[in-house]
Amino acid sequence: MALDTLMQQMVNGITLGGMYALIALGYTLVYGIMLMINFAHSEMFMAGAYVGLFTLTGLTNPKLVGSGTVAFLTKNGIGLVLLFTIVFLIAGVAIGLLGVIIERTAYRPLRNAPRLAPLISAIGVSIFLQNAVLLWVDSKALPFPQVFPIVNIKIFGNASISTLQIFILVSVVLILIVLDTFVSKTRIGKAMRATSQDRDAAGLMGVNINTVIALAFFIGPALGAVAGIFNGMYYGTVNWNMGFLPGIKSFTAAVIGGIGNLRGAMLGGFVLGIIESLAAGFLATGYKDVVAFVILILVLIFRPGGLLGESVVEKV
Amino acid sequence: MAGSKMDIRTNVQSKGWSRGKIAFAIFLGVLVVFAPVLLQGFQTMSFFVRVLGIIGIYVLLALGLNIVVGYAGLLDLGYVAFYAMGAYAAVILGEKFVTAVQMISNVGLRDFLVSSQFIVMLPVAAIIAALTGLALGTPVLRLRGDYLAIVTLGFGEIIRILATNDFLGLTKGAYGMMAPVAQPLGLSQLQLLPVAIPAIGFNFIFSVNLYWYYIVVLLIVLAVFVVRRLDNSRLGRAWVAMREDEVAASSVGVNIMTSKLWAFALGALWGGLAGVVFANAQGFVSPESFTFMESVFIVTMVVLGGMGSIPGVIVGAALIAGIPEMIRGVAQSPLLAGVIDPTLASAISGYRYLVFGLLMVIMMAVRPQGMIPSTRRAQELHPEDEKVLEEEDQSLWDLKHGADRSEHDL
Repeated sequence: MALDTLMQQMVNGITLGGMYALIALGYTLVYGIMLMINFAHSEMFMAGAYVGLFTLTGLTNPKLVGSGTVAFLTKNGIGLVLLFTIVFLIAGVAIGLLGVIIERTAYRPLRNAPRLAPLISAIGVSIFLQNAVLLWVDSKALPFPQVFPIVNIKIFGNASISTLQIFILVSVVLILIVLDTFVSKTRIGKAMRATSQDRDAAGLMGVNINTVIALAFFIGPALGAVAGIFNGMYYGTVNWNMGFLPGIKSFTAAVIGGIGNLRGAMLGGFVLGIIESLAAGFLATGYKDVVAFVILILVLIFRPGGLLGESVVEKV
Repeated sequence: MAGSKMDIRTNVQSKGWSRGKIAFAIFLGVLVVFAPVLLQGFQTMSFFVRVLGIIGIYVLLALGLNIVVGYAGLLDLGYVAFYAMGAYAAVILGEKFVTAVQMISNVGLRDFLVSSQFIVMLPVAAIIAALTGLALGTPVLRLRGDYLAIVTLGFGEIIRILATNDFLGLTKGAYGMMAPVAQPLGLSQLQLLPVAIPAIGFNFIFSVNLYWYYIVVLLIVLAVFVVRRLDNSRLGRAWVAMREDEVAASSVGVNIMTSKLWAFALGALWGGLAGVVFANAQGFVSPESFTFMESVFIVTMVVLGGMGSIPGVIVGAALIAGIPEMIRGVAQSPLLAGVIDPTLASAISGYRYLVFGLLMVIMMAVRPQGMIPSTRRAQELHPEDEKVLEEEDQSLWDLKHGADRSEHDL
């Protein structure tokens, strides 16, 4: 019995952790390059879920695209792959561009301002986006259409894994591998790493800092949007304030892994997701958020640089 | 020229109070004391008194957080935890106090103690909040900057989640708790003196809202006095040194550990006091009032107002707490009943946070130092400051031959 619960919570935790990892990457990318906590990132997650919801609803509406197309897109394997590719691409690009626009308008003027200024500005952006969705889209939670065929597969005793969980996990792992290769192998990835080490020196070496920053603000929000759609598919609903809690928890995940460190953010996301699910399964559900924050505090006290981060050396 | 900012005389001059400043202070004092009486008197305006009380609580919170963020330079994103501690302490211990007092057989004394329970709770809650501040401060002493911000954020959330989950059966969870006593000390006596001038529709009754407004004003006066004294104290100077450069400060004998702990404790204290007033004025406490957003608003008040600047923080709190409440209040009030139809009014009040978020972004781009920046903070050296950069850019020739700027500097 307990072993079943353990297995089930592990499966749930890894799925949840995958979503945290995707969001955490956005925080860590921006922090690594700009040294700022992008508080508006949780809203990228929320907005991504909404764009995904509308694209999906639009593409499965017979009046809009014709019933033949809908049948092709939802009833057959190739159609489903195509449908979700389009949904994720549109949401990713749209939210990526939103991220770039936000950087241009809200953060770029503050590059040399006191450190708290971009933080406050980001909080302002976050409040603005939440209320924009609340006022102009809907103040109630919207149901996310169940297009993806969900089948539960028994894996161990009563524990099971759903096709959706497999889909989320496989996609997350693929995205993580692609991103890791991109940052460690390509020329522009090298420029990003250089910028995060020393922005001025990288600039002197011919790296276009503005391009790198814009790229970080495109990739991060795009990944956040993907996580938002996963979240919508997984929980079946989207809401204007859905971003807040996953947002802070993912930031926690980024810190646990060592902020600024991409692999750390991935690891932190999975660690946090698993621990949280185990806490929900074995302790009380109400306390799962406390567990996340207690772990954060413990990590910061005993390993301030995070699990994979280098220890913070005091600069004089 | 940039050098004049460093002039030592500016500091000396700002100590004296000019006649205009004194007149302004008296005007402000009269306004704070008597304006609510006028507002209370007119039926259509009386909701403003409630709004003013809410603003007052936020001013108190902002003044407290200003000690931590503005003076000691420690970014606290979980300040609401101390507010929550104060509010819950007021309700839980207030209840215990009232039950204990019921044993007294002398009716007069018993009623007096029951109605004055919140006065007893003020120091109790302040001490509990300050101890909570120490409890948070001790393990995170080594952390700085963003890490500290996130830990305090987590701490604030932990307190809220514990309250939501009815931790140790203390808080009744999400249902919330009622304040122990509805009628505070002396209110019934004050209500015996109604003033009415029917000719102009003036009908004044000392309301509960007005009562708590005056209590909070008294606490704000106390806070301003204490914070001003702190600013010029040995501890205040230690904070300034620590905020500018921790390593340099500790090498000239500032005890970083105790200075930080004092900052946390003395900052938290005001949160506790504000919590007591909030719990009793609202008559009800639930975890919903202590969300992370609340902490964010308090930080925003301090930063938009001007970190480390008392008038700045007060103005910041008044505007940020006041504007949304005013918009909502005006929209719902009978003031505009004939002018705007109710659906439009509620639509306008729905836009208040949208506008507010936009204002935060614009304000940071235009004036990141806040509306009324602190003079002392403005004189500090920051590596990214123009003046420091200018000096670094000076050529060796300038240094040897003395750039003309040096003549103007003291």
